[in-house]
Amino acid sequence: MNKRVSAVLVIAALTLVFCSGSFAAALDAFKGEKGEIKIAGGTAHIPVMKEAAARIMGMNPDIQISIAGGGSGVGIKQVGEGLVDIGNSGRTPTEDEVKQYGLQMFKWAIDGVAIVVNPANKVRSLSHDQAAAIFAGKIANWKEVGGSDQRINLYTRDEASGTREVFWEKALKKGDIAATANVIVSNGAMKGAVSQDSYGIGYVSVGHIDESVAPVAFDGIEPSMQNVKDGKYPVARGLFSNTKGEPAGLVKKIIDYLFSEEGQQIVVEKGFISVR
Amino acid sequence: MKRANEQAVEGFFVLSAYFSALLTVALFGFMLVLGLPLFAEGRIFSIMAQPWAPHLGQFGIQPMIVGTLAISLLSMLFAFPLSLGCAVLISVVSKGKVSWLLRKTVEMMTGIPTVIYGFVGIFLLVPLVREFFAAGSGMCVLSASLMLTLLVSPTMILFFCESFARVPDSYGKAALAVGGTEVQKFLHVTLPNSWPGVVIGFTLALGRALGDTLIALMIAGNAVQTPGSLLDSARTLTSHIALVFAADYESPEFKAIFACGIFLYLFTTFLMMAVRLLGVGRERWAR
Repeated sequence: MNKRVSAVLVIAALTLVFCSGSFAAALDAFKGEKGEIKIAGGTAHIPVMKEAAARIMGMNPDIQISIAGGGSGVGIKQVGEGLVDIGNSGRTPTEDEVKQYGLQMFKWAIDGVAIVVNPANKVRSLSHDQAAAIFAGKIANWKEVGGSDQRINLYTRDEASGTREVFWEKALKKGDIAATANVIVSNGAMKGAVSQDSYGIGYVSVGHIDESVAPVAFDGIEPSMQNVKDGKYPVARGLFSNTKGEPAGLVKKIIDYLFSEEGQQIVVEKGFISVR
Repeated sequence: MKRANEQAVEGFFVLSAYFSALLTVALFGFMLVLGLPLFAEGRIFSIMAQPWAPHLGQFGIQPMIVGTLAISLLSMLFAFPLSLGCAVLISVVSKGKVSWLLRKTVEMMTGIPTVIYGFVGIFLLVPLVREFFAAGSGMCVLSASLMLTLLVSPTMILFFCESFARVPDSYGKAALAVGGTEVQKFLHVTLPNSWPGVVIGFTLALGRALGDTLIALMIAGNAVQTPGSLLDSARTLTSHIALVFAADYESPEFKAIFACGIFLYLFTTFLMMAVRLLGVGRERWAR
């Protein structure tokens, strides 16, 4: 009885301390923990990982979490060889990798990327071939894909962008992106650029789409959250964290945290789609 | 005889001066060491001449070198005459309230954060350039240069005004006494005597134009092509560093950006030295 009362008091106190009271509980798991956790791999994961790590370390300074990039391949390799505790990847590890290393996969977010145009543009659907030709600079006028007789202004993302990686792999099938394309530094800035430019075309994470830009159906499939979640929309991928064998201790707590309400809230804040 | 505390203060300042000079040198050493793999493999020259295409294994920075030069030099081409004109207007031509108002406006402009200029550029200048020239996206060398002009001019204007003000009053009065007009006084007395200050103001502004990242990053378009016209999207060395910095530390992309740093450092140094030498030459001539 006493325990329950004190638990209620603790929760009440935490509710007062953190404005978002319901989240406080997720971090409680890290109380009294100590240790160093190394994370490496996919760059798309980094914003979420950094935010999660900052909150965990802010709550308990005895925990040290280091986060490195390297890409999905590096993440899988390093966790398999025991160099890091958690290896992030933007793809499922291959069967060979799973067998060889005994990996456990945890998909905690989905990243979908949609082509966007200015709302004034009438084009609302592009096939894979059309999209690839546009981004390669081979189609340079909107008239060729059913729009008005206007030039096409290309907008793409920087090399380190995970959004660019998904788009390039899944929508363009690793085809060329013209060197004339303007390079934009974030999903937000991409929306700004395309919403300003009536002849522009770009791509953003599905989570970022709002009324300032018009999403374009890809091969006839609308890039809606639901279609991405159902796996119908092809330009998407899961964000995975992999561990060697069953996760235990602090590693397990970090992965649990990513799946908690607060963790998934971070996922959404950083422009991904929650798995819940 | 110097008092002990005076000596201490002097020593402190000398140390500070040495320390900041040493920092500059150390920074260069740091970049050289980190860029060492590039030198060791003899790739530094191919990097300076190649295009940037990571998926083809090319990590050249030639388009960025051209982009940097085009944007910064073009902006100085706009900014220098503009600033000189404004400074003359403030300190020579206009009097009283007008001069005061202009000066205060310029002073206020120096305090505006770069990002504000960037935003104004995106929402006002870029659409204007896009519609006016009816080519490209409006994110281009011209837009970035124009915005950069606005960024570097206020400092230059104030610097020029100060230089003009430092010319002793008696010189000017002498010129007027022998029947010279205000314009003649300015051209033959004030300007030659304040020339070193004008050169330093120019150098500072040029350094700022070369080193500015945000304006170019926000409105030059950042395309990895070598710009062929003023309306082409381009990427500067500084934006390139900012864009690639998020790549992981072991990648060849990341290593290649040290070449950008080294080039930017050397280039700025040489340009500054050239301008200084030019300034000193002019100063001797003036005497």
